[in-house]
Amino acid sequence: MTKKPKTTFEQQIEDNLRRVYQRTLEQEVPDRFSILLQKLREQDQEQPEQNQ
Amino acid sequence: MSGRGQSNGADCAKPKDPRDELIDHLPAMRAFALSLTRNGSAADDLVQDSVVKAWKNMESFTSGTNMRAWLFTILRNTFYSDRRKARREVQDADGNMAATLSQKPEHDGKLALADFDAAFAKLPVEQREALILVGGSGFSYEEAAQTCGVAVGTIKSRVNRGRNRLSELMQITDGDALELTDKATMAVVSSASLPQRFHS
Repeated sequence: MTKKPKTTFEQQIEDNLRRVYQRTLEQEVPDRFSILLQKLREQDQEQPEQNQ
Repeated sequence: MSGRGQSNGADCAKPKDPRDELIDHLPAMRAFALSLTRNGSAADDLVQDSVVKAWKNMESFTSGTNMRAWLFTILRNTFYSDRRKARREVQDADGNMAATLSQKPEHDGKLALADFDAAFAKLPVEQREALILVGGSGFSYEEAAQTCGVAVGTIKSRVNRGRNRLSELMQITDGDALELTDKATMAVVSSASLPQRFHS
């Protein structure tokens, strides 16, 4: 990797990659996932042999 | 450094269940899944399946190691195995699939980002995931390589090829973007008077 200066175009790509990722990251996680985790936890409690 | 660092022994007495940490990784999992599927609801289905798998295989997670990388590995394995299954069921070229499933970009006036979305969706999935892991989520090349189960050099070359392809695509789509803008403008102004299109 030589230290060639980044063109604005390359910089734009870097920025956009971060933005694309960040965009979803900042969204609120849908309720289905907290419901899912809750269900999984309940299942574990009903079948204790799964633990260990 | 006061207080918290000292009580290490006491904290370790009750080991934390890594399952409790799953919830913290959900936003990142959704972001990564979306970069693979390019479709919001498919991404969430993928995350859901991955969470269930992670939950049931938590014993195979070594606590203290990088949980995000571990979860991403599960997620991408799930994605690729689903894709292989789907391939067997429907013979659909990747391009067609991507075209029909591609997400509508959120329009907040960022035309460049919409262009980028379109270009990004055209990349092979291996390049998309390498770019998103390294460029989006900030994984090191080593972490990305581990997550994808390939050599570090492979990740580097996928990232480079992906970047180059994006540059090419975005230079091409610059033209399309102008056309689109033109059409949108046309729609707005058409009720008034048509702009002079056929310039001499």
